[in-house]
Amino acid sequence: MKYQLKYRRFGPHSILIEWPSIIDRNVLNDVLNYKNSIIDLYIKEKVEIINTYNSILVDYDNTIDKINDEIFKLKQIYSSLNSEDKQQKTLWEIPTCYDDEFGIDLEDISIAKKMSKSEIIELHSNTIYDVYFIGFLPGFLYLGGLDERLYFNRKSIPNLNVKRGSVAIGGQQTGIYPQNSPGGWHILGNSPVNFFNSEDPKPCFVKAGDMIKFVPISKHDYMDILKLSRENLYQPKSTLVYD
Amino acid sequence: MIKVIKSGFYSTIQDEGRLGYRNTGVPLCGAMDKSSYHMSNHLLGNSIDDATLEITMLGPELLFDVDTFIVIAGADISPVLNDMPIVNNRIIAVNKGDTLKFRNLKSGFRAYLAVKGGFKTETKLGSRSSYQTITNQNVIAKGDELLIEEYKEHATEPSYSKLKTLDFKSKVLEVYEGPEFQFLSELQREQLFSEDFIIGQLYSRMAYQVKPLIKNDLPSILTGPVLPGTVQLTSSGQLIILMRDCQTTGGYPRVLQLSENAINLLSQKKERDSVRFQLIHY
Repeated sequence: MKYQLKYRRFGPHSILIEWPSIIDRNVLNDVLNYKNSIIDLYIKEKVEIINTYNSILVDYDNTIDKINDEIFKLKQIYSSLNSEDKQQKTLWEIPTCYDDEFGIDLEDISIAKKMSKSEIIELHSNTIYDVYFIGFLPGFLYLGGLDERLYFNRKSIPNLNVKRGSVAIGGQQTGIYPQNSPGGWHILGNSPVNFFNSEDPKPCFVKAGDMIKFVPISKHDYMDILKLSRENLYQPKSTLVYD
Repeated sequence: MIKVIKSGFYSTIQDEGRLGYRNTGVPLCGAMDKSSYHMSNHLLGNSIDDATLEITMLGPELLFDVDTFIVIAGADISPVLNDMPIVNNRIIAVNKGDTLKFRNLKSGFRAYLAVKGGFKTETKLGSRSSYQTITNQNVIAKGDELLIEEYKEHATEPSYSKLKTLDFKSKVLEVYEGPEFQFLSELQREQLFSEDFIIGQLYSRMAYQVKPLIKNDLPSILTGPVLPGTVQLTSSGQLIILMRDCQTTGGYPRVLQLSENAINLLSQKKERDSVRFQLIHY
């Protein structure tokens, strides 16, 4: 399916392309399909292409001289896209320990939702989530697909220090804190996986379009994986899927 | 090598920035006032993207253990070499054992210390720019050692006459319409362009917040891309001007976008300074 896209200039050296303002996996697939073609177009130039749920930002190295020509070029690529192409995606299994020691807010969610902790864990870990993009912090994944029954408002007073690896729910989203940081989401557990390594030229092993699944693990396994992970020796299990 | 004897207030190594990693959530970073940063490198005959030390408000005390040449550009923090005053925007020969200090802040807010050949501190993801969680070295501290190369001779004098420097006293920030500008009411637009805005207590390499508030009932947007220089308007009416270390995406309406020069100029402002937005078109 093709969408009515909006093209607008955003600052002297960027063009913003926008889809309808919704979180939707068909939009995601269209965004990524288009993004990959734009990357190919500018492969030899210093142009950075960034996507979010419903936008692509094409950020040029210099001030854009002929904006209409550039937009025309981009529109041509879009109209020649073959949206039927299946995309190859990676499904990552993210080991997560939901023990009380890590899931410090499980109790609160359980009371508010009138669900047992194990029901919450099951709902959370039985879903396959889409990675829409990575933003906010280095290695922070914006995930779509949280079960409605787990929607839960952010805390009114944020925690000043949410522990690295915390797996949490905020509103209609779920995510993993890639580093210690302040945050207002409710914490269900902790993953020992390292989502960002600045020593690696590909600092985050996940990319937009990939999928992830949380796999419950014991505290014992958590400690084992954490040791490897801190040495950057742990790579989560992955499978290729065509979507 | 340069040894840090006293840290000063807040100095970090900065270069052109960390290009090409925003898809993993990595901020661009880089020198806040690019025009002064470029100037310091240009005058020394360095590559335009060599790493410099960005010095904020109160300068450090630095001991050189090699001969080299330096240029300081940007804010005037009354630099002294071995207790003799030196001036900005001039090539200064430094000898092994010399000490560089700074006294009072006379103009601007951020100075750039360029050394010949550039600072050779760690490179992470294609850049030497400091950023917590990416680089090991962040704000410089007493006892730190910053790697530089030795130079005994300097080839050519640059032509000083061609240089254009920013007028740090100007309070006019040129802005373009941001993606959500169209949703602002007439009243909001009038307020944006007729009032002076004062820099509040929260201002850093990440963002500057300015007062007064703008009465606002625009809803949040679906999290979208933001850039250094993007002016966000929060639901409480707070204007947040994103700067070089800003996150890559955000959910507040993006009402204005600063020009490059406006970002540079704002970088030279501090708490209680006032600014005024002037709308320009592409």
